[in-house]
Amino acid sequence: MKVVVLIKQTPDTAELPKVSADDVRAGKVKATMVINPWDEYAAEEAIQLGDRFDFDSVAISMGSPEAVEALKHALAMGVGAAALVDNTALTGGDLFTTADALAAAIAAQGAVDLVLCGKQSVDDNGGAVYAGVAVKLGWPLVTGVTKIVDVANGRITVERLVEGGQEVLSVPLPAVVSVGKEINDPRYPSFMGIRKASKANIPATAAASLGVASGAGRTSWTNVRKPEERKSKVVMIDGASAQEKAAKLADALIAEKVI
Amino acid sequence: MSVLVWVEQTKSGPVASSWEVLGKGRQLADALGTQLVAAVIGGETAKTAEEATKYGADEVLTLTDGALADYRLSAYAAALTQAVGAAGATVVLAAGTTRGREVTAMVAAQLGAGLAPDAIDLKVDGGKLVAVRSVYSNNILADIVYSSAVQVASVRPRSFPMPEAGAAKGAVKAVAPNLGAVAEQIVEVRSTDTGEVSLTDASKIVSGGRGVAQDPAKGFALITELAGVLGAAVGASRAAVDAGYIPYKYQVGQTGKTVKPDLYIAAGISGAIQHLAGMGGSKVIVAINKDAEAPIFEKASYGIVGDLYEVVPALTTEFKKRIG
Repeated sequence: MKVVVLIKQTPDTAELPKVSADDVRAGKVKATMVINPWDEYAAEEAIQLGDRFDFDSVAISMGSPEAVEALKHALAMGVGAAALVDNTALTGGDLFTTADALAAAIAAQGAVDLVLCGKQSVDDNGGAVYAGVAVKLGWPLVTGVTKIVDVANGRITVERLVEGGQEVLSVPLPAVVSVGKEINDPRYPSFMGIRKASKANIPATAAASLGVASGAGRTSWTNVRKPEERKSKVVMIDGASAQEKAAKLADALIAEKVI
Repeated sequence: MSVLVWVEQTKSGPVASSWEVLGKGRQLADALGTQLVAAVIGGETAKTAEEATKYGADEVLTLTDGALADYRLSAYAAALTQAVGAAGATVVLAAGTTRGREVTAMVAAQLGAGLAPDAIDLKVDGGKLVAVRSVYSNNILADIVYSSAVQVASVRPRSFPMPEAGAAKGAVKAVAPNLGAVAEQIVEVRSTDTGEVSLTDASKIVSGGRGVAQDPAKGFALITELAGVLGAAVGASRAAVDAGYIPYKYQVGQTGKTVKPDLYIAAGISGAIQHLAGMGGSKVIVAINKDAEAPIFEKASYGIVGDLYEVVPALTTEFKKRIG
């Protein structure tokens, strides 16, 4: 059986506040780029599925040629192989353009039983590309999975969390599954893993050769801007005792009408 | 043409943030000069549909079927897609809950429509929807414009005020669901609804961080007690979650939940930028920290330098005196 894990290269979360609107507009963000933190959980789960159910794993990313570094992280963790969809020449797309390209790249892998992905990316924050992938492939989608219970008889059984409840459900394979942080603790790449990944041959395919055209987006971003800075100046509450400080704060919050 | 809002319901009733979206939907429908239609999907729909007529919907479509009693994504997406057709909707909206986000994504994908996930504002420009999104983990804002005829968005809870319920006006119309084969088999549904306020819907939140390290159980017990008096939700920083003091579902921040309460009390949270990204939109922020240099004070409206084990119970006592 084969599992594809979808990977995105994103800015280091610590550097997100420094990202400028101009750079986002130009599509060239100046930041340390890393594997999207949410995707580490998907990569870890793909590796564990290899141990539990003998899955072969392949990491696929769409991005610039530099995005191979994120794929190498997945390889260094223990994912079996990797492939890049090079979007350098692709312009004017949206999340469904990405989904179409990834779906085509998945189909090009031959028989795939499962696609794993993270909850969302820390830059686009959409959490929707995998829905586009599932619809394009015609496979069922389960999101927010916190445990893969079993893979048997052509079905996958999972637990997932939604507001106010936990669901256990099964869907037929092949399927697309997004995972939540509760599912595992992603391993750090080992020294041997990093060495192996650094030598790995990662094939790149241009998005256009997967049948994805530029300018096909159904949405586009305009008026990209920084949010207004929070202007409040802190009022420090002093007092001789915790009780006195608490009393002053309680009065202030009631006066603010937030209580 | 119409604006269609999915009014999500769970076993405990309609989801509050759906009404926020329906309220905004009324303004958008007026701006577009179209009807506002609500869709209610489930095993039972009558009660929620009746309520929807009081929040400004011109028409309420119900899609009722035993197969919809338990939520399943493919079935709900099929039902909502059907409602889009029945309503002739060009704008499709839902609250950005876990379910709302995945259902809208599926519907947009199936209809070839544009999607704005987790929008924080909606407006009309030149007869088209414009959705504002907060991206790069709340560090960049962008307007999403659509080239597709059908325009879909999920809306982050608490982006719009709760509308006032008025006199019922809209007619309720049943649409027979045509679900086809449903891929998902439900094995079990466990309620984790303990009656606590959900973080994303909360108007007040009391959060704890690494500062509770000395005695995490007691620290969160004190925080929970204060939250109880205030009717607030309990939150946590990533440091507290990673240390195992409290489960992940309470995490606020870049890899947790984005929240937007009127009041956010951060107890023993230093204020890492990943945390600030998730709660910076709060109206009033209170920081309680032993370290006067903690970065959280730069974002706070009110600050107390002190030991949370003393300040938090003192606040509980003071609020009890004032609000009973």
